[in-house]
Amino acid sequence: MQFGFLLEQVVNGLVLGGYYLLIALGLSLIFSVGGIVNLAHGAFYALGAYVSVELTRYFGFGPAIVLSPVAVALLGILFERFILRRFYMSDPILSLLVTFGLALVAEQAIRMIWGAAPLSASIPPTFRGSIILGDFLFSRYRLLILAVVAAVLLGVWLLLHKTSFGRVVRAGIQRPDMVASLGIRLEPYMTVIVMLGVGMAALGGAFFAPISIVQPAMGAEIITVAFVVVVIGGLGSFWGVVIAALLVGVVRGITIHFAPAAGEASIYVLMFLVLMVRPRGLLGERIEKFE
Amino acid sequence: MIHYSRRRLLKQGAALAGVAAIGSPAIVQAQSDKIRIGHLTPLTGFLGALGAYAQLGIRMSAEEINAAGGVMGRPLDIQSEDSVNPATAATKAQRMLDQDGVAVLMGEINSASALTIMQVADRNKRLFMQIGARSDALRGKNCNRYTFHVDIPSTVMVNAVGKALVRDNMMKDKKFYTLTADYIFGHDLARAAKAFFDGNGGKLIGDELVATDVTDFSPYLLKIRQSRPDIVCSNLAGNQVTNLIKQYAEFGLPYPIVGFNLNTADAWAAGDGNLSGTWPTVWYHTSDVPASKIFVANFIKKYGKPPENHAWIEYVSLKMMAQAMNETKSTDTDKLIAYFEKQTEFDILKARKGYFRAWDHQLMQEAYPFTVKPKGKAKDPWDTLELGAAIPAPNESLESIALTKEQNPCSM
Repeated sequence: MQFGFLLEQVVNGLVLGGYYLLIALGLSLIFSVGGIVNLAHGAFYALGAYVSVELTRYFGFGPAIVLSPVAVALLGILFERFILRRFYMSDPILSLLVTFGLALVAEQAIRMIWGAAPLSASIPPTFRGSIILGDFLFSRYRLLILAVVAAVLLGVWLLLHKTSFGRVVRAGIQRPDMVASLGIRLEPYMTVIVMLGVGMAALGGAFFAPISIVQPAMGAEIITVAFVVVVIGGLGSFWGVVIAALLVGVVRGITIHFAPAAGEASIYVLMFLVLMVRPRGLLGERIEKFE
Repeated sequence: MIHYSRRRLLKQGAALAGVAAIGSPAIVQAQSDKIRIGHLTPLTGFLGALGAYAQLGIRMSAEEINAAGGVMGRPLDIQSEDSVNPATAATKAQRMLDQDGVAVLMGEINSASALTIMQVADRNKRLFMQIGARSDALRGKNCNRYTFHVDIPSTVMVNAVGKALVRDNMMKDKKFYTLTADYIFGHDLARAAKAFFDGNGGKLIGDELVATDVTDFSPYLLKIRQSRPDIVCSNLAGNQVTNLIKQYAEFGLPYPIVGFNLNTADAWAAGDGNLSGTWPTVWYHTSDVPASKIFVANFIKKYGKPPENHAWIEYVSLKMMAQAMNETKSTDTDKLIAYFEKQTEFDILKARKGYFRAWDHQLMQEAYPFTVKPKGKAKDPWDTLELGAAIPAPNESLESIALTKEQNPCSM
């Protein structure tokens, strides 16, 4: 019985990891291609949640979950064109400062527009409750999230590995100089990467709004976990981030099973151990520009 | 692209994240004729949403007092800041006393921060009206002469809900599983809950500590299901409560859920149809006391939404402080303490007046259990709770729900 309980936590951890992945993958992509640690990533997650709650009032849950990430991705174009683009070639501390500042501005802007009190949001009735398979309990809603994450993941993977767009992006991660000397400008590719990244973060926010509190500081809270996932997974690696996200979810679940009070600490201990053994992260590649 | 080290980048990122925790000091102007009140409340973190209501409440109170001529003819000047965390709260409290010339300290919701401000008040021999923190220990073993407590303590909340559970046949021989906020307040609440279970035949079969920044409760929900309790019980606080309620509804576990602590903002944020069970409250805006109705109407007119219980409590607290200063014609700490210790009665917009009990400085007042209105019965998104009858009953002493001298180790 004990083993069955543990297995249930592992499976649940995998589901949660899939959700972390939505936020961490974009952070990793923007970091890998542009060399920018986007501390404002959490702000887009929060915006995704707020916009989806707002849209749900008018159009219902389904359209809101689609429209909110699209709207935030469009905002991502402005973010890339007018802010990030100035910092690809400069000292990374500058881009850190500007995205950090932007995160603060975004949080206050949310406070001013929607107020400090949390917004109310619920799961649509169809996805309420859980399904019991054998001895396992699954929330219907989380299964929906899992399916969407899997589809998004597949889409991003195909985009990066089976299209000419993806080839340029991957080359840009490893050898930006070579890409440039072939006459390809990386900037337009970055616009798309940023759109994709913040769009995924917004999708995460939109999906989590009905099951967690929608409040102005939600972005600052999620960015820490996303950061941990990226560091554990290693830079430049698609599968590194995937494995790290799942690992973080599972380690947290198992820890809570045995020592609930240590649940949140466990993911930082995991990061510490991984960095001790493999400073590059699990599947991190040797990237020349980061050495 | 220039070359730089990833390690340096990450270090700088971490350093920047640290800056966020420190916060920025407020700009202070010196104006000698005003009576300055130092107000600290959490505006960020898991209690931030409640702190925002607290600020609205005390501001409205100050505006009304000033419009009516102020205190001893002088206007009140509320200097309100984010208390951030226990260490910062203490630093800010000390600075307010030393540099900003505040007459008294007021505020707080977080029990851990309230405790450090209480120590500052004690060291400096200055008055602190501790408004919104509910840990028993603050008015118990940590009590001091310079602090007065307004909100209901953990034990009163447990008694309010526990009595309703006993009445509904949900206590004797029932198996309880509790989730507890992992800081001083949660620990206190869990202790009071266990004492109530022990005294009334309830069985505690599991209690898990939950860190205050937890947003995903799914592993805890699985553990609850694995131990198959009769009733699930929340000893959580702030955002934790909302997250638990939402995810409990998401998983649809079959066990009834109740809780010993809830603020109405947490309930409003829970979403349609997610909240159920019996919970305690210190005040709710649908109360039919006439004075309370006037306050609610004015608040809605001013801010466009109804007041939450932390807005109410800050509002009445400043009114009590202003009354004390006016009556004693002084802002002197000892005179104010003497005034409160006389067990002076105050109108707190409830059916019965409240007073600070002299020996533990706790405000004696009514509390209420509430349940959730059935679907479709709510008039607006805020009208979601059905208030139960006030406890104690009108013929009982207000002290009958408070800690007794035997239960409360406070000595000043």
